Amino acid sequence: MTEILLQIDGLTKAYPGVVANADVSLTIRKGEVHALLGENGAGKSTLVKMIYGLVKPDSGQMMLRGAPYAPAQPRAARAAGVAMVFQHFSLFDALDVAENIALGMETPPPMRSLAQQIRQVSETYGLPLDPYRTVGELSAGERQRVEIIRCLLQSPQLLIMDEPTSVLTPQEVEILFETLRKLTAEGVAILYISHKLEEIRALCDAATILRLGRNVGTCVPAETKARDMAEMMVGSTLHTPERHPRAMGDVLLALDNLSQPSASAFGTSLKNITVSVQAGEILGIGGVAGNGQDELLAVLSGEMQAPAKAVQFLGQPIGQASPQARRQMGLLCAPEERLGHAAAPDMSLTENALLTGAQRQGLASRGFLKWGAARRFAEEIIARFDVRTPGPDVAARALSGGNLQKFVIGREVMQAPKVLVVNQPTWGVDAAAAAAIRQALLDLAAGGAAVLVISQDLDELMEISDRFAALNEGRLSAAKPTAGLSVDEIGLMMGGAHGMEVAHV
Amino acid sequence: MLRLEKRPQPSRLWTYLTPVLAVVLTMLCGGVLFALLGKDPVLAIRTIFWEPLFSEFAFYYRPQLLVKGAPLVLIAIGLSLGFKAGIWNIGAEGQYIIGALCGAGVALAFYPLEAAFIFPLMVLAGGLGGWAWAMIPAILKVRFGTNEILVSLMLVYVAEQLLASMSLGLLKNPQGFGFPGSRNLQQYPSAHNAELLAGTGMHWGVVAALIAVIFAYVLLNRHMLGFHIRLTGDAPRAARFAGVSPTRLVLFCLGVSGALAGLAGLFEVAGPSGVVSIDFNAGYGFTAIIVAFLGRLHPVGILLAGGLMALTYVGGDIAQSKLGLPKAAIQLFQGMLLFFLLAVDLTTNYRIRARRKEAS
Amino acid sequence: MDLSAINPTLLLASLMVAATPLLLAAIGELVVERAGVLNLGVEGMMITGAICGFAIAVNTGSPVLGLVAAAIGGAVLSLLFAALTQYALANQVASGLALTLFGLGLSALIGQGYQGIKPPSFPKADIPFLSDIPFIGGILFRHDFVVYLAIALTAAVWWALKYTRAGLVLRAVGENHDAAHALGYKVVRIRVAAICFGGACAGLGGAYISLIRVPQWTEGMTAGIGWIALALVVFASWKPWRVMLGAYLFGGLTVLQLNLQAAGVAIPVEYLAMSPYLITIIVLVIMSADKSRAPAALGRSFHASQ
Repeated sequence: MTEILLQIDGLTKAYPGVVANADVSLTIRKGEVHALLGENGAGKSTLVKMIYGLVKPDSGQMMLRGAPYAPAQPRAARAAGVAMVFQHFSLFDALDVAENIALGMETPPPMRSLAQQIRQVSETYGLPLDPYRTVGELSAGERQRVEIIRCLLQSPQLLIMDEPTSVLTPQEVEILFETLRKLTAEGVAILYISHKLEEIRALCDAATILRLGRNVGTCVPAETKARDMAEMMVGSTLHTPERHPRAMGDVLLALDNLSQPSASAFGTSLKNITVSVQAGEILGIGGVAGNGQDELLAVLSGEMQAPAKAVQFLGQPIGQASPQARRQMGLLCAPEERLGHAAAPDMSLTENALLTGAQRQGLASRGFLKWGAARRFAEEIIARFDVRTPGPDVAARALSGGNLQKFVIGREVMQAPKVLVVNQPTWGVDAAAAAAIRQALLDLAAGGAAVLVISQDLDELMEISDRFAALNEGRLSAAKPTAGLSVDEIGLMMGGAHGMEVAHV
Repeated sequence: MLRLEKRPQPSRLWTYLTPVLAVVLTMLCGGVLFALLGKDPVLAIRTIFWEPLFSEFAFYYRPQLLVKGAPLVLIAIGLSLGFKAGIWNIGAEGQYIIGALCGAGVALAFYPLEAAFIFPLMVLAGGLGGWAWAMIPAILKVRFGTNEILVSLMLVYVAEQLLASMSLGLLKNPQGFGFPGSRNLQQYPSAHNAELLAGTGMHWGVVAALIAVIFAYVLLNRHMLGFHIRLTGDAPRAARFAGVSPTRLVLFCLGVSGALAGLAGLFEVAGPSGVVSIDFNAGYGFTAIIVAFLGRLHPVGILLAGGLMALTYVGGDIAQSKLGLPKAAIQLFQGMLLFFLLAVDLTTNYRIRARRKEAS
Repeated sequence: MDLSAINPTLLLASLMVAATPLLLAAIGELVVERAGVLNLGVEGMMITGAICGFAIAVNTGSPVLGLVAAAIGGAVLSLLFAALTQYALANQVASGLALTLFGLGLSALIGQGYQGIKPPSFPKADIPFLSDIPFIGGILFRHDFVVYLAIALTAAVWWALKYTRAGLVLRAVGENHDAAHALGYKVVRIRVAAICFGGACAGLGGAYISLIRVPQWTEGMTAGIGWIALALVVFASWKPWRVMLGAYLFGGLTVLQLNLQAAGVAIPVEYLAMSPYLITIIVLVIMSADKSRAPAALGRSFHASQ
């Protein structure tokens, strides 16, 4: 047995109304990749924040290399040899790579020698990176490299990685795993947070599983079936959405050579996108975050105007139509960001029902609002989609992520759309709610609507969509039937213009 | 140590309580300030808040409350619509001046003709003048993305210079023996915004303010446009998603607030003031910002806040003449009110808790 | 009209004097905004600094002590803003307005007994030899030390932002306060320090007006210079040297306008007097096309929720 690096004993952390971690214990040895497994809201983030000194535990203790360890802040954690790569990168868009890295170090060397060191480390570990590039212009994978190199420059003994592969293509995941194996060979321990079972089985030496803030078991991933781990994680048998064979109908929504510059400075422009969705079909659009997903949704919802003919609904050019006009026609959308985009945080559920429901549900007449009807609509959504809330007068921000997402998806589904576009429908949502949302999308398609699902969760897309296409730097690959699609093919579709070039030749 | 904890949703109770708490805190601090100035704090506070309403001369002061309160409420209602949507018109003072200049200009153009159409025409000109002045920052914002805060404020200084130029030039009273200032509209019956009921202070400006309150209330609570204004303030991206056009909202909010400020200026110049003069503007456009916040950007709240602020004006005047309390002290008092209000506003969205002992 | 009455040496020299308060206030606000805070209370802090400096200078007979007091006064007032926005999480726009309204009232109250008094005169710091250079010497090297202090401050801010760790951290906080917090930086503390620095600079700028440029105390004497300083930061795309360039251009316009008034040009005085404000608007319009350099977290409240 190798030496124990970090020993955690009975850590507990409670927030008002919720116990994030209750009596969690785990042991990490030198040179091992230790998986921390759990659903959204299981308490993984809180646990690593305590290890990294961002959050103080209410009780319990940690031992690092046999000595008591209680970091008061991240600085102390870094000094003790603990480094962390965040899921939502803690990077500064307007600063360059070297500046970003300097900010994460205690006593950075002068810029010129730091740049030299960055080049060195990035070559050693196969993570190419130019120290003088502005971070805002980097791809998601490159941004992750900045974070990793920032950690490596401090020669950590424990590297915490929070869902590192969620922003990578399958090929990039392979490169990352190579790097991690090199690190463990040097004796570095890695605490690897994920809910993707297959990659944990491929990479990790040990796993600790959390459910509702509690430690529910440990296992050796390579020797445990993915299904068993999943059930430990969820606590019940998984419900797989039912798929009925569907008849495909007419083309309802078509994008014809759509090119659109991004509205924001560090956004992605859409380039020559051509694709169509038929009645009864679910089209899945995959791709790593930041490759044009937000822009695509904005062009479809009407938040961003496009050339009229580039967006066609039932053969009508609608690129210039307002969001309201599109809803009236039957084209509905649900954006990724729940609070602040799909819903207004401080407004009640009734008001949020009105937000998109006004046109199709007749919640206003000649500009005057019908509060009674809006409230009834909100109540119907709450009842049919099992939204857990005291009532429609509650502010949107008071709902949990999963419940609010059910409300947002329910709001659009209940309006009987002809075409529904959703971005990241189950992101940050617990498994039960995710299953309910996927089922609702399948049912909608079965009823004859066309559904376009934009998601970074490949498993989800494989599960529900009929055809798959991938966004990469604002370009969309040709759509292929999901059945029989291999991981390698998907990776290539996400990883560049390869598929397209072949198609053109 | 204290610690903040975000509430799951805004507290209703504190929404209503914060303005009251702010007023109480301001009175306490104001009392200390007055004491430092060597005045009896209790007497000073009593003079400001009690005398205008209930003293034996209240019959004289009460009409003054309406005269001071009406422009404040009128302007603050307009400002509150924009503030709710995150559109910051802070140049109401300038729009007020231009409204007065346009209205008075119309009246003086017709002088000495007596006709029933003159006053309505003046009202129209006043509103349009304020609207046009507010359209400058609005169009610049919409067309070029220019910051409306700075432009609307710069235009206050421009308007003040225009006012000076007008009262020394174009609108100067030809029979004024060379003194700056226009003819007195109070002595021009067709243009005079006279009291509707003698001795009450009730003039057309008060009526307009009440109409504006009702209009804003219906707009915000019953109409889609009002919903869109509130939505934009809470979540601009969600508003875009719902289909709100930011351009139209900017034009609407700045336009309405400009027109209302212009009207306030017109009613003032045609009534209580009577004359276009260099120091015609008395800072109502800025004080209305305090009124709008003190009223929590809610129409009914603004009505109450306008009354309260009018009280500090009238009561402040009394305190100035009776106790020798400097005018600046009242100005400071009003500024303090806004400070406290913003500070205690925190309690609507956050709970304040004593920090527990850190686990070691 | 007699344009020959305008002496180019004096004009250019007074340009530097006119630009100095603007430069001081704007360079302070630049630091505040680079930290991600929008403090619209510059006007209020300037006028407070103007009266604090004036009162102390008159009472002690030392204009230098007056300047120190002005900086302290501005900084103390800015702490109110810091308390509101950083601890009570109040809206920054509203708090800035409150600060201006409050500052105007406060200065008027303090300034009651000081109307019509002449402050002790400020020593000029003629630089030996250099000031004797014909023409150039008169323009550049015969000023009070505050003129040079403002230039030095610009250089220092530029250097600190570009080359020091403190500057890097400040910029990081202004770009993305959540990320800075995640890395363990004290966002609130850094911002409060920046706000204080901005307040001290604005106070100094105000005192420069009441002690050196005018020199006299009248209510509301800053007459919108604080607001113009805010516009200048936008004009300069948040870059120190461009702030200085803008301040000098603007100072030049102000001086030219005053000289034209004095020379009796046929344009009415009021229209000349409104020209600085109109030009500010025009400059804002031209510069608003380029928004890319604004600190990303500008104006947003920060609360470490978990």
